[in-house]
Amino acid sequence: MDFLNAIVALTNYVVIPAMSYGSQLALGALGVTLVYGILRFSNFAHGDTMAFGAMVTILVTWLMQSVGINLGPLPTALLALPFGILGCVALVLVTDRLVYRFYREQKAKPVILVIVSMGVMFIMNGLVRFIIGPDDQRFSDGARFIISARDFKSMTGLNEGLAIKTSQGLTVVTAVVVVAVLFWFLNRTRTGKSMRAYSDNEDLALLSGINPERVVVYTWLIVAALATVAGVLYGLDKSFKPFTYFQLLLPIFASAIVGGLGSPLGAIAGGFIIAFSEVTITYAWKKVAVYLLPERFEPDGLVQLLSTDYKLAVSFVILLIVLLFRPTGIFRGKAL
Amino acid sequence: MIVVQDVHKHFGGFHAVDGASLEIAEGSITGLIGPNGAGKTTLFNVIAGVLQPTSGRVTMAGEDITGLPPHDLFHKGLLRTFQIAHEFSSMSCRENLMMVPGGQSGETLWNTWFGQKRIADEERALRAKADEVLEFLTIEHLSEQKAGEISGGQKKLLELGRTMMVDARIVFLDEVGAGVNRTLLNTIGDAIIRLNQERGYTFVVIEHDMDFIGRLCDPVICMAEGKVLAEGTLDQIKANEHVIEAYLGTGLKNKEKVGA
Repeated sequence: MDFLNAIVALTNYVVIPAMSYGSQLALGALGVTLVYGILRFSNFAHGDTMAFGAMVTILVTWLMQSVGINLGPLPTALLALPFGILGCVALVLVTDRLVYRFYREQKAKPVILVIVSMGVMFIMNGLVRFIIGPDDQRFSDGARFIISARDFKSMTGLNEGLAIKTSQGLTVVTAVVVVAVLFWFLNRTRTGKSMRAYSDNEDLALLSGINPERVVVYTWLIVAALATVAGVLYGLDKSFKPFTYFQLLLPIFASAIVGGLGSPLGAIAGGFIIAFSEVTITYAWKKVAVYLLPERFEPDGLVQLLSTDYKLAVSFVILLIVLLFRPTGIFRGKAL
Repeated sequence: MIVVQDVHKHFGGFHAVDGASLEIAEGSITGLIGPNGAGKTTLFNVIAGVLQPTSGRVTMAGEDITGLPPHDLFHKGLLRTFQIAHEFSSMSCRENLMMVPGGQSGETLWNTWFGQKRIADEERALRAKADEVLEFLTIEHLSEQKAGEISGGQKKLLELGRTMMVDARIVFLDEVGAGVNRTLLNTIGDAIIRLNQERGYTFVVIEHDMDFIGRLCDPVICMAEGKVLAEGTLDQIKANEHVIEAYLGTGLKNKEKVGA
């Protein structure tokens, strides 16, 4: 019984939150990795692209809520998501036309594009704060839990409760669907293959029937969609605050780099590695230890390796270790 | 068919191509030879739209194509291969070939989701064509192999195969023979002659192997220091004083003169 309680506590406080956080990071990192693989630069504006997509979704959600449209137990934001994606696509394509295309035509070095993307980041950052304000925004509605802790306890008779929030379940399911569609698209369709070809060998792709501008546009379309989905899921799960999205940039980049920049599979693996590390290292293990250890060995402290304040430091450390010992990442990045 | 008029390409102070003018006749297999650093590949890159010329003009069948991007030239039927073979390393050889033709209906997002049937028909035709090309090049056993994993010589064949996937009008081959053994080189030579005779491809070949050039090419153009030195049959070129000077250096020639 104690053992079961320990497992339930572990699942409740570590596995489930890390799964949903990992999915969000994976979706974010996929966007970063696609831009890196195909457009060949590290897009620092990705966090704020996510924030923008999420913001449009929130505005549409509020509109829907005010006229009484809803999805029952599911959050209304799901209905608003397509509009958010459209808004984000528009922003990203306009940015590409106004900013990135110029540098592409100049054949600018990736370093220059990285700095350019930083400028874009600050502008998007300002734009989001200007429109929706810098504060926390709530937009989730519908049922809060799939299983609440109390229901679980009464169902199983265990001391420990297991709660699965709707947003968490939704995050994982959406991430699985999105990733499946993305991989099908990249591996099975002509457009996806063109993108992979362009990423693999740009010179050769240019000398085949591949239209580079089209590849660029499709890349941005997909990146905007991924960013919006990731942003909305994160906002539903935690809360929406523009500054948090800026901070997310670090774990997202860490995920993409750990997995291998340019490798979609790596982005997903990296997302989960970063999420599980963050959660396990900052979790107070006392609760689990209490069930597993004999009473005499019961720990006095929280058995927490790092305070949650140091969450971001975990990504940093993993990033450093990977860059030192395997700079290409787990899946040997650089090509799709 | 292709006319190059006084093309210059400068990299900073270095004049890689320095006023080259030449003409390539339709249906010919023209050889382009010259010592290393003569500007052959740079001239190729200028014609193929990879590099913008500093000055000068390139026309194709009377149409000005100076500085057009490579994929536009591709659609006009101008293709090239690379000195160091390029391939899409994570795709199979067959997929590499299937990537080549442009304007496939699978390229629009609409068809990707709603035109599955049309795409499937098109892919089937492409697949058959790719298999045909692989067989022509005697590498059909590699069709499922990832292109990144095949040998250098086989990659060269794949490069040539790429030009057969579309109806090319003119193909620029940049050292197809480099790092390729005799037997394979003969296969490549046979393929070039067949394509030239059966499909009417015009070829421009950069090559250092004089036997290969002699077997395939008429006329031969010799470049040195960014300029065109001489043009004619290989024998004429070999007898040309400027050419000998460019290849062997003035020192040697002077010595010979002293000796004589």
